[in-house]
Amino acid sequence: MAQDSSEIRYLTPIAVDIKKKKYCRFKKNKIKYIDYKDANFLTKFVNEQGKILPRRLTGTSIKYQRKVAQAIKRARHIALLPYVTDLLK
Amino acid sequence: MSNHYETVFILTPVLSDVQMKETVKKIKKLFKDKKAEIIFEDNWGLKKLAYPIKKLSTGFYYLIEFKADSDFVAELELTFKREERILRFLTVALEEHAVAYNEKKRQKLADNKEKETV
Repeated sequence: MAQDSSEIRYLTPIAVDIKKKKYCRFKKNKIKYIDYKDANFLTKFVNEQGKILPRRLTGTSIKYQRKVAQAIKRARHIALLPYVTDLLK
Repeated sequence: MSNHYETVFILTPVLSDVQMKETVKKIKKLFKDKKAEIIFEDNWGLKKLAYPIKKLSTGFYYLIEFKADSDFVAELELTFKREERILRFLTVALEEHAVAYNEKKRQKLADNKEKETV
C-alpha cells in the first residue's frame, strides 16, 4: 500500500514529443530526375491551393527542392497542374 | 553538337481525328526536313486541362523526344506559335539523368506489353 502511494500516476500519459527526423525522399530513394509530366507525384509537394510547399514541411534537400519547384512550374505551364485552385486533392 | 530535347504540345479538342493526325504529321515533317532525329513519340490523347486555355477545358497532348541542334528548337517553336491549332507547347532540354529516366520508363512500358502478349 505504501509503495503504491509513492508512485505518481497520470490519467493520460504525458505528451512527450518524439520528433520524427525529416529526410529528403529523393536522396533516400536515389531519385535523380523529377518528371514534370507526373502530375500525381507532384501533388505531394503542393498544398490544397496548388502552392509549392516549403522545404521545412516536406524535408526535401535544397538541391532537390529546386528541381521540384522547376518541375511543378513546368507542369503548370502545360496545364497538368493548376496555378491557383481550391480543394485540390 | 546535337542535344537531347523533349517537347510536349497541346492541340485544340475541336479537331477531328483526321485533322489531328494531319497536324502531327505536319510537325513531324519539319523534323524530317531538318534532319532532327525522333527518338520517341507518345500520344497521350484527350486530357482535361488543369485550367482553361483560350476558354477550352480539354486538349490533345502529344509528346516527342528528339535529338537536334539548338537552332532547330527555335525553328520548331516558331512553327508552334504559327500553328493556330496548338494551344500550348513546352520544349525542355534533357540532361543525362532525364535521359536515363525516360529510357527506363520506356523499358518498363515495353516489358509490360510483352507480358500482356505472353
